[in-house]
Amino acid sequence: MSPDLTTTYLGLSLRSPLMVSSCPLTGDLDTLAEIEQAGAAAVVLPSLFEEQLVRDELHLDQVLEQGAYAFGESLTYFPDMPDYGVGPDAYLDLVSSAKARLSIPVIASLNADSTGGWVRYAELLQKAGADAVELNVYLIAADTGKTASQVEDEYLQLVGDVRAALDIPMAVKLSPYFSSLANMAVRIDAAGADGLVMFNRFYQPDLDLDTLEVVPSIELSQPWELRLPLRWIAVLYGRVTASLAASSGVSDAEGVAKVLLAGADVAMMASAMLLHGVRYLPLVEANLVRWMEANDYESVTQLKGSVSYQGAANPAAFERTNYMRTLASYE
Amino acid sequence: MRQRWECIDGNEATARVAHKLSEVIAIYPITPASPMGELADAWTAAGRTNLWGSVPEVVEMQSEAGASGSLHGAAQKGALATTFTASQGLLLMLPNMFKMAGELNPAVIHVAARSVATHALSIFGDHSDVMAARTAGWAMLAAGSVQEAHDFALIAHAATLRTRVPFLHFFDGFRTSHEINKIALLEDDDMRALVDEDALLEHRARGLSPDRPVLRGSAQNPDVFFQAREAVNPFYEGVPTVVEDLMEHLARRTGRRYSLVDYIGAPDPERALILMGSGTGAVDETVEAMVDQGEKVGALKLRLYRPFPSRRLAEALPSSVRAIAVLDRTKEPGAVGEPLYTDVIASLHESLREEAVSVIGGRYGLSSKEFTPSMVYALYRELAEASPRRHVTVGIVDDVTNTSIPTAEDFHVGFEGVQAVFHGLGSDGTVSANKSSVKIIGEHTDNYAQGYFVYDSKKSGAVTCSHLRFGPRPIRSTYLVEEADFIACHQFNFLEHLDVLGRAKRGATVLLNSPHDATSVWKQLPVEVQAQIIDKGLDVWVIDAYELARDLGMGARINTVMQPCFFALSGVLPRERAVVAIKESIEKNYGKRGRAVVEQNFAAVDRALEALQQVSVPSAVDGLLHRRPPVPANAPDFVQRVTARMLAGEGDLLPVSAMPVDGTFPTGTARYEKRDIAQEIPIWDPGICIDCGRCAIVCPHAAIRMKVYRPEMIEGSPASFKTKDFRSKEIDGYQLTIQVAPDDCTGCGVCVEVCPAKSKERARHKSINMEPIGAHRSVERANFDFFLGIPEIDRSLLDHQTVKGAQALQPLFEFSGACAGCGETPYLKLLTQLFGDRIVVANATGCSSIYGGNLPTTPWATNLEGRGPAWSNSLFEDNAEFGLGLRLGHEHSVAEARRLTEELSALVGDGLARALLDSPQSTEAEIAAQRERVVALKQRLSGADGVHAGPARRLRVMADDLVRKSIWIVGGDGWAYDIGYGGLDHVLGSGRDLNVLVLDTEVYSNTGGQASKATPRGAVAKFAAFGKETPRKDLGAMAMAYGNVYVAQVAMGSNDRQTVKAFLEADAWIGPSLIIAYSTCIPAHGVEASTSMARQRDAVKSGFWPLYRYRPTEGEHGHPLHLDSRQATMPIRDFALQEARWAMLARTDPRRSDELISLAQADADERWRYYSQLAGLERTVPHLEDDVGQSLDEETPE
Repeated sequence: MSPDLTTTYLGLSLRSPLMVSSCPLTGDLDTLAEIEQAGAAAVVLPSLFEEQLVRDELHLDQVLEQGAYAFGESLTYFPDMPDYGVGPDAYLDLVSSAKARLSIPVIASLNADSTGGWVRYAELLQKAGADAVELNVYLIAADTGKTASQVEDEYLQLVGDVRAALDIPMAVKLSPYFSSLANMAVRIDAAGADGLVMFNRFYQPDLDLDTLEVVPSIELSQPWELRLPLRWIAVLYGRVTASLAASSGVSDAEGVAKVLLAGADVAMMASAMLLHGVRYLPLVEANLVRWMEANDYESVTQLKGSVSYQGAANPAAFERTNYMRTLASYE
Repeated sequence: MRQRWECIDGNEATARVAHKLSEVIAIYPITPASPMGELADAWTAAGRTNLWGSVPEVVEMQSEAGASGSLHGAAQKGALATTFTASQGLLLMLPNMFKMAGELNPAVIHVAARSVATHALSIFGDHSDVMAARTAGWAMLAAGSVQEAHDFALIAHAATLRTRVPFLHFFDGFRTSHEINKIALLEDDDMRALVDEDALLEHRARGLSPDRPVLRGSAQNPDVFFQAREAVNPFYEGVPTVVEDLMEHLARRTGRRYSLVDYIGAPDPERALILMGSGTGAVDETVEAMVDQGEKVGALKLRLYRPFPSRRLAEALPSSVRAIAVLDRTKEPGAVGEPLYTDVIASLHESLREEAVSVIGGRYGLSSKEFTPSMVYALYRELAEASPRRHVTVGIVDDVTNTSIPTAEDFHVGFEGVQAVFHGLGSDGTVSANKSSVKIIGEHTDNYAQGYFVYDSKKSGAVTCSHLRFGPRPIRSTYLVEEADFIACHQFNFLEHLDVLGRAKRGATVLLNSPHDATSVWKQLPVEVQAQIIDKGLDVWVIDAYELARDLGMGARINTVMQPCFFALSGVLPRERAVVAIKESIEKNYGKRGRAVVEQNFAAVDRALEALQQVSVPSAVDGLLHRRPPVPANAPDFVQRVTARMLAGEGDLLPVSAMPVDGTFPTGTARYEKRDIAQEIPIWDPGICIDCGRCAIVCPHAAIRMKVYRPEMIEGSPASFKTKDFRSKEIDGYQLTIQVAPDDCTGCGVCVEVCPAKSKERARHKSINMEPIGAHRSVERANFDFFLGIPEIDRSLLDHQTVKGAQALQPLFEFSGACAGCGETPYLKLLTQLFGDRIVVANATGCSSIYGGNLPTTPWATNLEGRGPAWSNSLFEDNAEFGLGLRLGHEHSVAEARRLTEELSALVGDGLARALLDSPQSTEAEIAAQRERVVALKQRLSGADGVHAGPARRLRVMADDLVRKSIWIVGGDGWAYDIGYGGLDHVLGSGRDLNVLVLDTEVYSNTGGQASKATPRGAVAKFAAFGKETPRKDLGAMAMAYGNVYVAQVAMGSNDRQTVKAFLEADAWIGPSLIIAYSTCIPAHGVEASTSMARQRDAVKSGFWPLYRYRPTEGEHGHPLHLDSRQATMPIRDFALQEARWAMLARTDPRRSDELISLAQADADERWRYYSQLAGLERTVPHLEDDVGQSLDEETPE
């Protein structure tokens, strides 16, 4: 008998732990249908970026107004459109259309940059029919006058605010750059997060040597990047009530098995799908099943957290030992 | 049903009815009628139906001639057809109008009446266009207000069906077409009640059909033509009754009563005016005021002008009238009198009334000249004279033929309500805010409201003046506010050069947008302004709107900061109610653009009132600041006497004698208009400069100048003057300066964007950098003054094929009123740098004729020797033909000069004569040498006598044409691709030595962004609201087909060197040349000004705009087509979506946008494939074997 792949994430029952995380593929309805067909247990839509919406709206207003009512022959330069497609409507349409078309859970992703924005857009996503909302929190603590605890308080405040406004489950996609990540995760859990997604891969700026300009840059994640979520999922497993999702570096069935062993409820993939296409997903699932069968695992539930750090009283001390071993291996 | 009221302008009032009552609407943009077509197109695009439930078909044609052809065809097929036009557009429709009337085709043309171009183009209103059409056989209805335009549109559509006579419905351009007024709306049932369904069915039944074939449009001979012409008479005789009938029907339904001729005034008048159009508003008010004063005056308002209602006119004219002034808003030189005057005279004669009254004719209001109660009063005063003058003008001072009567300056009619005047910039949102205020008051209260907006002629730094009235009675004042209760100045620096407070009533409230607070502002006001404030007892308030707007991220848009201040200070609405209404209006106007925009404006409203401060006005003037003279003291006499008055806003006061008699103006006067409109200007850092000249070549306003000179030429320069060694292959020991003209720069930042020289220490710092003008203004003014005095370099010293070589030459196109970041003007400037001292320019109507030739000032300039481009604008549609005419005239002059030189060779000297006739003139040095020979020739001719005297005199006049000249035909894509294409094609096919420069913005920029055949696939434009479906026309390929036409496609922002080369080659090719120049249009493409050249780079990089030169050759085995750009390295999508014209569709209809952009990509790919193949083909221009074949210089590989 095939092993039982079912799992639970954010309280949602899933047919397997394989999810497709927020990426360009999940922004297209036809592709979403293919993803479902390929066996994904749930999808996270691309993020709704409040900053982008605001910037687009103000920019549109600026270009429509420039030159307007300045010269008698050309009082305006564009036809008055019935709708300019600004604001979150297009995204909300994606949510509701995806919900109508798919039978698997559809999780909306939100990146706002104002307190009001987090709450307002989260409510809109819920209203549009999202099964859950993933908060893609993206705060770069570049303000030298701001302390770590102030940054942490901002996170907790917005998690609490959104939690209070929503009836549906809510996940928080975390940054790995907290001084005390474990403590922060526990506090976010306590603030009402139903799931922790590890981790957010920030766009890191790059320099263009031709233009000497700062340019945004993003690369597909690499398999070695899995180690970071692996460690922290292992650390947090059993210490938070929230579901745990591994994101970053999950590239094959082995990676999925590893994060499940460490304690993840689901494994999210994006780069691997972008690289190999949607049809890669059934292969991962088949390989996972094969590995579970080869290793006599009956179910994902059985697998989940079996190699976590739960037994260790002080995970940081464990980590340090590990570090010393690593150094020693070079000698 | 409850009466619905709305505040709309005359164009919209008309278009609403026309769209409701039409099935086919053929349109073409022309000011001031364009908005009617735009609205009709937008409504059709949105699926709005007509009275019968179908969506009217709106089709944009290539010209008004085309629109009238389609109108004619649609009517012949039995459809309900209409169009909208004005001025030259109406004239282009005349041939079809005669046909349609002759065939009794029901149709309506709605005309926003505008001056026909004579000595000058004018976009403003008068009746010269409709009067030119009065013989076409169309019935003519004249509306005098926005309400009347709405109502008469219905009458016209209903009457044409019942009478079969086509109707021309007109109202005054701008004064009515653009005035916003509160009107009672017609309901569908009103329209249904007036439109005769049986007449409609009969019209349909007459439509051409092979099921009931007829022949219409025969050719007739002398035997029957005349009789057939008379056969229509009964139809015309029936028109007045039908129109009266419809007016009565309308009155019964709406309570608004009109007659063919309406009388107003005293029951027993002795003096009367007769007129039609918007002037009736001012007459109405004046008559009312005079009758109240006991004067026996009255007026006849004529509604139906054709067929002329003679009997009704005689009946409407009270028998007590003894003196009449008939007022025409047109001029018919050489006629007995103007048309309405002669019509009235004839009518009175026919009704046997002429004996009893004396009739004079008066001209008024040409080109929207103000027509005020004091002018109306002056006319009645003239009629009171014992023997009034037979022909007069009013509103001007005619000191040449003394036709004018003096205005009664002391006569004013009162106004019950609030009158307000707002001075602003086009870019600060003042007009938008005022339109909103008119709607708020007109639609949210019982008050009536009126808004009229005056724009200057600039496209950058444009000054606007809004005239608003609010009151409890319908507002008939069809003239500017003369005594304002409230005056706002949204730009503090206006106080220095405009009479902002001149229209302030005693005790009026004044609101200043001021960087100085209430306690410090007084000393920053010119003493003349202080004196006005004290003398008139004005209540002054200030707000720093810019600071607030900046704080809110709104940039220069201060509309929603200033608007609540107006409401708070004017008291037209309670403050709290006003704030709510403004926010509702913001929600309505900006809601579609997103929450962020709405909230930003809400914040502005909330914070504005807190920032408002009252100024405690001292009792005496105190300060050193004075109003600036409009032009510097060194300006020439004409500029001082005439231009300066126009710049100061006093053009209305100039007498007839101040005007050139034939529309000829001096060039180069823009340099005296110091506009000082930039907030930031570019500052040069010579330490990094690499002498490339790119900042100068791209500057749209010639405000970045490059000069190369010997070091000794800058002795005595200001200490701040910057210089560096000039690096050059051709010359050694020269210095270079890049200098900004601080008062002429618009601050667009294009120069900085293109500058390739970057600091090694500071990445953002380039060789040229935008910096706030405050710290640099006076320093750079001194530097620029000094710079102008440095002698120009000898033109023969530098290689003009290089950008820096070309940029070291003096531009003779400078400081135009073009938009900041304009993509067109850099090409014109380059043209003048390369050949400016020997070109004649034929300029099609459009943006380039407006920034190039709209008074007050002229940007086409002259060099120190007094040479420079001679420029002329004929029309929109005929520019190529006009240019050909100039060429033919020139060729004849050259031939005659050569013949006379031959004939007089003995007198001239054989050597000089031969040199004059045979010397080459292909280089600057050779041209300079020929000029010297011409000087010598003139000297030798001066002493001629006897038999030589006559020929010598003739040759002296023509001798300058022995120096090589070029004719350049310049215009936009609307001209070249659409309205003027037939002529352009003919001229290119003529084989003559002509150069055509198409400034291709891919849209009708000047009239506000309507699609042309150059508009690319997928781009949104007016008349293509959901993205243009078809690809742009490939004008270059069509011209290449001739084989002997030099064709270049250029984009300066992508390859400026190729642009320079193309200009030089086009000039050198002895035959037709066509340069198609990609010209970023900042407002119509929806891009930021500083990116003007970056957009061109991407256009080329994406393959959207391949660069090429087709160099015809008469040599063997030539490959004429040279591709100058590489295969695309960027998808069309990445180029397109950076511009609002494409991005708008991607937002509103992503699927359609995807499809169209995919097709646009295919267009680009296919074009590249096609051109690549063409580039491999050999082609030779056929010529006779014994001819020396012409070819351009060998192409050297880049």
